[in-house]
Amino acid sequence: MALLTKKDTSLITDPLADNNPITIQVLGICSALAITAELKASIVMALAVLFVLALGNVVISLMRNIIPAKIKIIVQLIVVATLVIVVDQILKAFAYELSKTLSVFVGLIITNCIIMGRFEAFALGNGVWRSFLDGIGNALGYGVILVIVGFIRELLGSGTLFGYPVLGDPIEKTGLYATGYENNGFMIIPPAALIVVGIIIWIQRTKTPALIEEN
Amino acid sequence: MAFNTDKNIYTVVFAGVMVVVVGSLLAFMATGLESRIDENERFEKQQNILYAMGVHQNEGEGSVNFVGTDVVEEKFSKYIKKQLVIKGDSLIEDNEAYLIDMKKQLALINKGETPELPLFIGEKDGKELYIIPMYGKGLWDAIWGYIALDRNMVVQGVFFDHKGETPGLGANINQRFFMDDFTGESIMQDTRYAGISVAKGNNDPVNQRKDDNKVDAIAGSTITGNGVSAMISQSVNLYKEYLKTIRSN
Repeated sequence: MALLTKKDTSLITDPLADNNPITIQVLGICSALAITAELKASIVMALAVLFVLALGNVVISLMRNIIPAKIKIIVQLIVVATLVIVVDQILKAFAYELSKTLSVFVGLIITNCIIMGRFEAFALGNGVWRSFLDGIGNALGYGVILVIVGFIRELLGSGTLFGYPVLGDPIEKTGLYATGYENNGFMIIPPAALIVVGIIIWIQRTKTPALIEEN
Repeated sequence: MAFNTDKNIYTVVFAGVMVVVVGSLLAFMATGLESRIDENERFEKQQNILYAMGVHQNEGEGSVNFVGTDVVEEKFSKYIKKQLVIKGDSLIEDNEAYLIDMKKQLALINKGETPELPLFIGEKDGKELYIIPMYGKGLWDAIWGYIALDRNMVVQGVFFDHKGETPGLGANINQRFFMDDFTGESIMQDTRYAGISVAKGNNDPVNQRKDDNKVDAIAGSTITGNGVSAMISQSVNLYKEYLKTIRSN
């Protein structure tokens, strides 16, 4: 028996493109705007969401038949909150600098609509393995956009990638800066993320006309 | 085995069991990681204090670079000559003074009790520096930092940090373009311990005037800036009596 049936594979690949949580479902925008000024923070946020969403989906899926309908949402919240605190504590213990950058946003994962959305829409009605794949897929779809936005913003805003100068030295005027190029300070502030996400959505819809809603 | 998940009693029992399971899991985690987290927080405080007195790995005009966590303890004991705790009129030496939580001490003052105020005496390039911890309110949450003074009451370096100021605006108080401006400013205005205010429209964007007790504010973060001004003035005044004894001018 194949580990991944064709249907299973689409659980992972769909959210990467045609059903992307950020660009198509427009969920999880809040964190996408807030932490993408640096590539490193984007990747850590993506990994944190990957962990919480995959594991959360599994836990919810395991409990799907015993969760009392009356307190369904509260139970989901407790599961997310627990996982988020676990992520936060682990970051504090093993990646302290990062945990400071992310501390506000790690808390925001609890209210990240992607997570509650997948619990409610998928994990409550599907088996453990499929829920796990759905979690991985959606987190990857979220992560891909985060990384693209982080890459563009850090490169254009600070001229660095992962903190390393890749375009030369803006003060000594070496590399690209020798030609009169300047970093675009606008890319560092949150509105720039909205514009970058907007452009990604625009490109994606132009390439896949099926995504455009009819009026 | 089928449960009737609609029954009230089931809901209550489920909630109870869930609380116990989640509670024990988190308690277990917290205990297991406690020592590592404590160590990280200790290193961070040492790094911040050293940063304020100019011991860091900054290059050019870029970002804030602390001394590495692998050498921070060694550097801390090398550069910090004395750690004092000021309690009322008494001065006590205490090598763990840097762990004192300023938030709790300020709360004691508000209750009318005598606080234990930590102060660090460092030495860098043959010059004695007095480093005062600060704690205050920004726009959204707490802000804190350290200010290093010499005997003339001139700032030799500062460090600020915050819990949750607005990214891109108030959050920039921990960036060098803001912190570096404080160096060289005096906290004295004649004989008054005035501190330094974060001022808008002081027509001194590159901060050339060092005698005006003012640094240029960050546009769009008025409340955070006011919080920084208030924090500096409050802390300086808390340590006024001690500063009088070391002041040379």
